[in-house]
Amino acid sequence: MTSVQKINDFVIKIATVNGTGSASANSLLMKALFRMGIPVTGKNLFPSNIQGLPTWYEIRANHDGYNARTGRVDMMVAMNAQTYLKDLAEVSPGGYLIYDSTWPRDKQLKRDDIHIIGIPLAKMANEHFGAARVRILMKNIAYVGALCALMDIDRDVVRTLLEETFAAKPKLIDSNLEAINLGHDHAREHFECPLPIRAEAMDGTRDKILIEGNAAAALGCLYAGATVGAWYPITPSTSLMDAFEAYCRKFRVDPDSGEKRYCIVQAEDELAAAGMVLGASWAGARAFTPTSGPGISLMSEFIGFAYYTEIPAVFFDIQRVGPSTGMPTRTQQCDIMSAAYASHGDTRHPLLLPADPAECFELAAEAFDLADQLQTPVFVLSDLDIGMNDWMVSKLEWEDTRQPERGKIFDAEDLANMENYYRFLDIDGDGVAARTLPGSHPRGAYFVRGSGHNQYGGYTEDGEEYQQVLDRLMVKWETARNKVPAPELTAAEQRADCGIIAFGSSHGAVTEALDRLNENGIHADYLRLRAFPFSDAVQEFLDRHDRVFVVEQNRDAQMRSLLLLETRARRDQLIPVLHYNGMPIPSDIVFESIRDHLRQEAVA
Amino acid sequence: MTYIAKPKVQWSGQRHNELGLTIRDYEGGLSTLCAGCGHDSVTAALVQAFWELAIRPEQVIKLSGIGCSSKTPAYFLSGSHGFNSVHGRMPSVATGALAANRDLIAVGISGDGDSLSIGFGQFAHAVRRNLNVLYLIENNGVYGLTKGQFSASADPGSKAKKGEENRQQSIDPIATAITLGGSFAARSFSGDKNQLVPLLKAGLTHPGCAVIDIISPCVTFNDHDGSTKSYAYTRAHMEAATFTDLVPPAKTIETDYAEGDATSITLHDGSRLKLKKLDPEYDPGNRAVALKFLEDHRVRGQIVTGLLYLDSDMPDFHAVSGTSKKPLTSMSHDELNPGADALAKLQESMR
Repeated sequence: MTSVQKINDFVIKIATVNGTGSASANSLLMKALFRMGIPVTGKNLFPSNIQGLPTWYEIRANHDGYNARTGRVDMMVAMNAQTYLKDLAEVSPGGYLIYDSTWPRDKQLKRDDIHIIGIPLAKMANEHFGAARVRILMKNIAYVGALCALMDIDRDVVRTLLEETFAAKPKLIDSNLEAINLGHDHAREHFECPLPIRAEAMDGTRDKILIEGNAAAALGCLYAGATVGAWYPITPSTSLMDAFEAYCRKFRVDPDSGEKRYCIVQAEDELAAAGMVLGASWAGARAFTPTSGPGISLMSEFIGFAYYTEIPAVFFDIQRVGPSTGMPTRTQQCDIMSAAYASHGDTRHPLLLPADPAECFELAAEAFDLADQLQTPVFVLSDLDIGMNDWMVSKLEWEDTRQPERGKIFDAEDLANMENYYRFLDIDGDGVAARTLPGSHPRGAYFVRGSGHNQYGGYTEDGEEYQQVLDRLMVKWETARNKVPAPELTAAEQRADCGIIAFGSSHGAVTEALDRLNENGIHADYLRLRAFPFSDAVQEFLDRHDRVFVVEQNRDAQMRSLLLLETRARRDQLIPVLHYNGMPIPSDIVFESIRDHLRQEAVA
Repeated sequence: MTYIAKPKVQWSGQRHNELGLTIRDYEGGLSTLCAGCGHDSVTAALVQAFWELAIRPEQVIKLSGIGCSSKTPAYFLSGSHGFNSVHGRMPSVATGALAANRDLIAVGISGDGDSLSIGFGQFAHAVRRNLNVLYLIENNGVYGLTKGQFSASADPGSKAKKGEENRQQSIDPIATAITLGGSFAARSFSGDKNQLVPLLKAGLTHPGCAVIDIISPCVTFNDHDGSTKSYAYTRAHMEAATFTDLVPPAKTIETDYAEGDATSITLHDGSRLKLKKLDPEYDPGNRAVALKFLEDHRVRGQIVTGLLYLDSDMPDFHAVSGTSKKPLTSMSHDELNPGADALAKLQESMR
């Protein structure tokens, strides 16, 4: 059996049982690699459960900064006997599997093409620690120690991390270090260390941070000046509001009076959450709701209402697999169509498509500016992979000179100086009329109602007047087309054989696939969509390529459908590359699909 | 077109309130409801109450859901922002608006279909949050706009216009509000302006969710023999438990109540609520008593009216949330944005 030397290029997968404290061990391991300067990403594959079901954590370290999943597992830490067989099968040839040999499983763990490493983790933890709960936690910390020896992970870095984490509880530093040393020393004594697959300090994480998309989006809301958040708890969006609340507690509580400069309402359901966002935005606050697909379904009536009554609102859809129970803790890009046209009647909504947590921050702030300027609901379509996983991104930045773009609002002074105010009259020709805020001036009063208003804001059931409003909303849509974030083009180094369109969390996989395609002599231009409506740059890209692969994480090729509906693309021009099993898209799927398609085409 | 602007007619001798505004300044568009609709009387009572309290129209927001009742915010206070939302969802819109700007005075107008069926959940949660809103349910036991289906407040045994009998139990919004921990629960009748106007004023002044269930007969679909929400039935079976009057902070109380049966409750803004108990047994500060009283009268087919439960000390939505006194809509960007340095510092913990 041969093992190829792999330095700073490996995947560690840890199989544990949820509720056993493995998350802190895994986070410690990942941060240690990060502090050694090695680019890392972590993917948490977890069940819809609190305790007792299998869970996996996948850490990819890559010196080139590739952050997508791959089909490879170089090091499996198999801590869950329930999943031994599956975990064993998943290790790539030449790879390693560590298991807890307190209970020998030689027969069960048999594979000739990989290395099996047994370490009596439970036995060591039981001998050194007292309380049952502590033993379980320390067993997990001990495998981090073993990995330090086997993979040459810097123990001083681990120590520093423990000292920082438990600064307030010094006793825990000692016990954690003891567990680290137990695992480390055992591995050192019984195995040849380090393995060919190992870490080595480098300089690849300077000016980077590790952050989840939901936390970054929450920071975007904070910095955009959002004050009202209404929500109903739903995985995987919950941590967005949790983070917003935590940041507000830190930055928006008056130190003297204890008064809060924010208001978070846990609503009775998503319908109410949407109503609260509309009410707050109408009254002049910046308001938002984080939700997921089922929430968007429930909010749909209000979303259409906000479209037609022109109320700014920001909806974060952290997409997950649907419907209902079973797969809600798995990721997909599956709400493209439902968000783009959410609600009844003629409706369409701007979508922003962040590709990583840094863009969650940037586009969250942008979403509020767009919603205010366009006076319409704006969606930020993130997903579970971006929202709940740890990504390495460049440090977030904010310009202190940046002020919120609040759009057209007539205040009391404006109103006092005008003869008449008409809520929906398009004076500037961009499809956006000035609004007024309640509490400002009696002349600014208007009556919000559904389909029955004319351009002056008066009640109407007149067909022509209705159509006039509806047509003007299309003028506004064209304004939106030029305001939303432009797509990002990565041009091939030489004449391209094809085009690739992708968006959101598929970006990492596509970036890596592009390099592999290039190595295989296939050259592709890549356009990463960042928003809907599609700007002219999207049409130009389509015009320049006969074949465009559209990479997305859903079964029905929703983005491809949207492109067919909203551009002049032909059906045979857009080739779907789909991944939809609930796991983040791996780069090899993208590479292989495109390569195989082009090969078959060449044969035919 | 059913939108008709109501001409503002001014004449000498009109009375002005403390703001110098006449009652005309509190009116809205012409009603397009059926002639004789109870809701129009409620609208008139609202105009009177706002004028008497001398509230600036621009301080007020009027919100509603869907239904005949929900059309009425167009018929008063044309100087106020209005929000005719979607069916059953007025409370959430009001919650958001008040979360954003707590200085607004909110009146939510709903009906029995809007609040007791499709919007029952939102009604319940606005009450338990003690949102500072005057929450009116214009209750006629019937769906008017869709032409005569029973609503959830129709009493068992009550007959529809074509003779069909309702066999399902009815929901009493007042008993419901009291059990949900509501801080202000009252019932009145659209035909009793003397009772209704002071109740509306008390509800507007109350620092929390003031629910007033107003029996407001539907002349077109539910005003016949056999209906328990008709004008005739309501008049014959009304049983006032209390009489309420609101005394503004500056005024002295003129005692026209007999000693012993009137209580005076001082509200947070300094105004006083004079509550006269018409039934000596009644105690509007006691939930159990209020619920028993309601039930005893329901069994006898009587409709209890008046302010039936009040706890003016219950903390409202913002007190519970700990929101700043200054409305969030008045916050400057600097008060909300922690700045670039804070962001850089925060990220030190993300490495």
